[in-house]
Amino acid sequence: MHGPETKLATAVVPPPRWRVSPQIHGWLLLLPASVLLATFTHFPAVATIIDSFYSTPKGRRAAVLVGADNYQAMLADPVFWRAVSNNIVYAASVIPLTMALALAMALWVNGRIPGRPFLRLSFFTPTVLPMIAVANIWLFFYAPGYGLLDQMLGALGVPTPNWLGDQHTALICLIAVAVWKDAGFFMIFYLAALQQVSPQLAEAAAIEGASRWYFFRRVTFPLLMPTTLFVLINAIINSFRLIDHVVVMTQGGPDNATALLLFYIYEAGFKFWDTAYAATLTVVLLALLAFFALGQFVVLDRRIHYQ
Amino acid sequence: MSQIAVQNVSKAWGATRAVDNVSFEAAAASLLVLLGPSGCGKSTTLRLIAGLEQVSSGRISIGGADVTALPPAQRRIAMVFQSYALFPHLTVAENILFGLRVRKVPAAERTRRLARVAALLGLDALLARKPSQLSGGQQQRVALGRAIIAETPVCLMDEPLSNLDAQLRAEMRREIRTLQQKLGITMVYVTHDQSEAMSMADRVILMRDGKVEQAAAPDEIYARPATIFAAKFIGTPPMNILDTGGGVLLGVRPEDAALGDAGLPVRVQSSEFLGADTVVTCAYGNQSLTARVPGKAAYRAGDAVHAGWRPEHLHFFDAASGVRRDDVDANAATAIGLCFA
Repeated sequence: MHGPETKLATAVVPPPRWRVSPQIHGWLLLLPASVLLATFTHFPAVATIIDSFYSTPKGRRAAVLVGADNYQAMLADPVFWRAVSNNIVYAASVIPLTMALALAMALWVNGRIPGRPFLRLSFFTPTVLPMIAVANIWLFFYAPGYGLLDQMLGALGVPTPNWLGDQHTALICLIAVAVWKDAGFFMIFYLAALQQVSPQLAEAAAIEGASRWYFFRRVTFPLLMPTTLFVLINAIINSFRLIDHVVVMTQGGPDNATALLLFYIYEAGFKFWDTAYAATLTVVLLALLAFFALGQFVVLDRRIHYQ
Repeated sequence: MSQIAVQNVSKAWGATRAVDNVSFEAAAASLLVLLGPSGCGKSTTLRLIAGLEQVSSGRISIGGADVTALPPAQRRIAMVFQSYALFPHLTVAENILFGLRVRKVPAAERTRRLARVAALLGLDALLARKPSQLSGGQQQRVALGRAIIAETPVCLMDEPLSNLDAQLRAEMRREIRTLQQKLGITMVYVTHDQSEAMSMADRVILMRDGKVEQAAAPDEIYARPATIFAAKFIGTPPMNILDTGGGVLLGVRPEDAALGDAGLPVRVQSSEFLGADTVVTCAYGNQSLTARVPGKAAYRAGDAVHAGWRPEHLHFFDAASGVRRDDVDANAATAIGLCFA
């Protein structure tokens, strides 16, 4: 304690007045993130699950425990099933179309072509626009009679349906808007990944006589798999999360033809003020998304080559 | 047999001519080295032979057939890249077999050839690994394996050893040369390392600024460098070039210069002991002269000594053009006091 080294050490580093154990230190570092996560993610999620087993509180009548009644009502609700089937059709079209288009555009603007910066910019522009604005622009495209589509097809003499007013075409119209909006965003990720692939790999393959398609199938696409997984997760989340265009363009109509799950939750919760039923629907949505996320990370992750 | 002929080939990007009217031939089953400093056009020349770039003018033929307009796959060549260009997601075996799969070689044939190549390169134990699990030397071997399994008569190599450490480089150098001779491949090998060129080549094409500076066998390029550039590029340390006036520059290799009591009066500046010999750097007026002296020489900075050499070891170059001059008589140099045995 009184050796010369100790004196030297105390001269350089003054001893701390109070000590914190490493465990407490670690927890303190985690505190800000855990407070935010608990307040805005974990607590609402748990509260939603609890609420789904209670009735909706109304006026002077507090919520009462109703067990699985809300779930039984949901299973018997034809609009719920319509929303689920709509969302499945919507996701099953939007996700592959967006990803395929994003990859195709990325491959195109990755090559040596004239006007490349302009092309990249124009592909990316829809991403920058707010969905509300996009929906309004497309509302004009689809407008019956004077809309862009009708004017173009009308000039060719093709009979046109009432795009957003017809049960058979309304959902397809929304799918087109979603693909147009997201493809450019996902293209950026594919483009970044493509530029990580050494051009010498293509040259080595060319010397071996591999066609462009063969090279894409055996080399480029496998090397893009980490990006594909990332894009896939985001595309799935978007297909359940983004409903601005439904609100602006169709309000779920005609006859629930474009009601997506989240839009139905919004209607139940904030239009009909049936918060318990909205909570029940939300639990279904959460379970669906958790199932997809789990599947992706557990199954796909093992088959992907990470650099 | 497959000899390679490059005739008046140029490659220009806009106003810059990366390769400028280059001609040379590689005899069948020989190893030709394209040597030069970075940016001299040697790699571009190789890529033109491979068909990865298109010539601006000129003609390239392989095995007597004009391949100038053919795509790489139809030129019957294999190539090893500086970065190895291994497919990172495929195993060693799949990397080596890539070309055979493209060409739909039957499975039995594939297995037979893979076994042969793996044994030849000592890759048997590594076939199931990914490139990222291999050392630099092992990756180099895989790249070699992918080139030789194709059994093409021509193999092109673009600085294949530049990413390896010195010891491994010397080892691979011998191995590649042995392989080339054993399999009778016509090989074009690009490097900036003159010792690699000297030790491996049957013939060296020394390039500078897109042009051929000298094309000769290694011993000839060393013994009779055609220009000052060639003289200085080949040999370590490089040849001494002394300006003694009269429009002629005088060249002498450090290993031909002896330090003693007779000759040019010089002053020792520094000495570098290398084990078998010592490289002594001296000042002659404001010019610098190096001598390679056997063993450990006991010179210290500031010592006054004399540097001498035999007349047959002198090289003469034109001061204006830098071109070798054989018309200068070494005895005349002796007469004016520049040669001392």
